[in-house]
Amino acid sequence: MIPRPHGGRLVNRVLTGKRREALLREAGELPSIEISYERLIDLMDIAYGAFSPLEGFMVQEDYLHVLYDMRLSNDLPWTIPVTLDVDPEEISSVKEGDDLALKYNGEIVAVMRIEEIYGWDKKEYARQVYKTTDKNHPGVAKTYHRKELLVGGEIDLLREPSHPLENRILWPIETRVLFREKKWRTIVAFQTRNVPHRGHEYVQKAALTFTDGLLIHPLIGWKKPGDYRDEVIFAAYEALIKYYYPKDVVVLAGLLMNMNYAGPREAIHHAIVRKNFGATHFIVGRDHAGVGDYYGPYEAWEIFDEFPDLGITPLFIREAFYCKKCGGMVNEKICPHSEEYRVKISGTKIRSMIREGKIPPEYMMRPEVARVILSFKDPFVH
Amino acid sequence: MNEEKRGKYTTVSIPTTLYNRIKDLIKDTGFTSVSQYVTYVLREIVARHEEEKYSEPFTEEDKEKIIEKLRRLGYI
Repeated sequence: MIPRPHGGRLVNRVLTGKRREALLREAGELPSIEISYERLIDLMDIAYGAFSPLEGFMVQEDYLHVLYDMRLSNDLPWTIPVTLDVDPEEISSVKEGDDLALKYNGEIVAVMRIEEIYGWDKKEYARQVYKTTDKNHPGVAKTYHRKELLVGGEIDLLREPSHPLENRILWPIETRVLFREKKWRTIVAFQTRNVPHRGHEYVQKAALTFTDGLLIHPLIGWKKPGDYRDEVIFAAYEALIKYYYPKDVVVLAGLLMNMNYAGPREAIHHAIVRKNFGATHFIVGRDHAGVGDYYGPYEAWEIFDEFPDLGITPLFIREAFYCKKCGGMVNEKICPHSEEYRVKISGTKIRSMIREGKIPPEYMMRPEVARVILSFKDPFVH
Repeated sequence: MNEEKRGKYTTVSIPTTLYNRIKDLIKDTGFTSVSQYVTYVLREIVARHEEEKYSEPFTEEDKEKIIEKLRRLGYI
C-alpha cells in the first residue's frame, strides 16, 4: 500500500492560474531578496511536496526541535533543518508579518510571508547536524559560508527556472499516480549520486526481489567536485536498465534536492522524502550520505532505531563484493570465503579508471554502462 | 532559551503496576527510562493509526493530466 505523505497531507504550494498572475503582479511591488541555487531547490522541494509537511522555510521553534530532537515541533520525525539565510542589510526594510519576494537570477520565483527572523549559531548547527565542526567536511564548509540570519515562513512558488533535465524530474504527486497506474503496492527507493556499479545493481536487485517495483532516484542538485555529473548518471542508469533489468519493474526519475553529506541524519531525511514520493521501502547503504571518515560505517543504520514512526521501512542491505570462489556478487552474510577471494567494488577505483579512459573489469561495472560514461568528454563535477 | 523553546514535556498517568512491569521489561535493553519506552511505543502506534486515515490527494482531473505527462515522458 502506498504510504500517506509525511504528516498526512501532500503539500502543494505551486500557484497556478489567476492567483499566480495576481500574486506575480503584487510581488513586483514587494521588497525582495536574491536566493542561491541551493535555496531555490529547497523552495521547489517545499512547493511540490517533497518536503511535506513543510509549507515554508522553518521558523525558530521547528529549527530548534529539528536541531536537538530530530523532530518538528509537532513531533514528526525530521532531521535536517530547511532554512533560508539572509544578511541583516538585505532585510532591513522588512519585519515579521510582511511579504517578501524571492528572486533567482533577478527574476521573482516565489513569495514568502515572513513569520520570524532569527539568529543562528553555525558552529552549533554543524555540531548537531554533521557531528563535526571541521570545515573540511563539505556540509560544514557550506554552513560556515551561509548568511547571519534565518527567515522562517510559508512560501508560494510562482515561477521556476527551466532545468536541462526537467523531463527526467518527477514530483511526489506524479510518482504516486505512476505507482498506482503500475499497480505497485510496494516500492523500494534507491538514493544515489553515483553511476551504477555491480555492487549497486546487486543491492537494488536484492531489494527488488521483495517488492513490486524499484524507484531509482538520483539526486539532481549541488554535489561536491569529483562526483559524477547528473546527465552522466542518468545515461549510465538508462544503459543498465536497458540491458540488465526486467521491463516494467523500474522507474528512473530525478530528484531535485541538495546533498548535505550529513551521514546518519541525512539517511533519515532521504527516507522521509522517499515516503513522500510514495515509496514503502528505502535502501540504506553502508555509510549512507557519508563523506570521508566522519561517520561510522553502520551509524546510518543505527539511527533508524530512534524512529518507530517513520512510515517507511528501511532495508539495510550489506555492501556487495565479488567473490572468486562463489563466482559472483555476494555479501559478508552469505559468503563463507576468506578475504583473499573477495574483491571489493571500489567507487574510487572505478572513478580513477574512468579518468584514465579505461573500461573497468566486468565484475566491477557492466561494459555497456562504462562505455556510456566514457562517451562523455568530462563526466565529473568541477 | 533554546531549551525553553523546544523542551515541552507533559505528564501522563499510568498505573503503577504497569510502570513497574515496563521497568522490569526494559532492563538490559537500549531504553534508559520508562518514559523513553512509553514515548517510543506510543509514537509507533500513533503513526500506525494515522496511516489508516488517508486517501490520495488528487482528483480524477489531476490524475488524467499527470498520466498524460507520464505518457509523454515515456514512464507509462
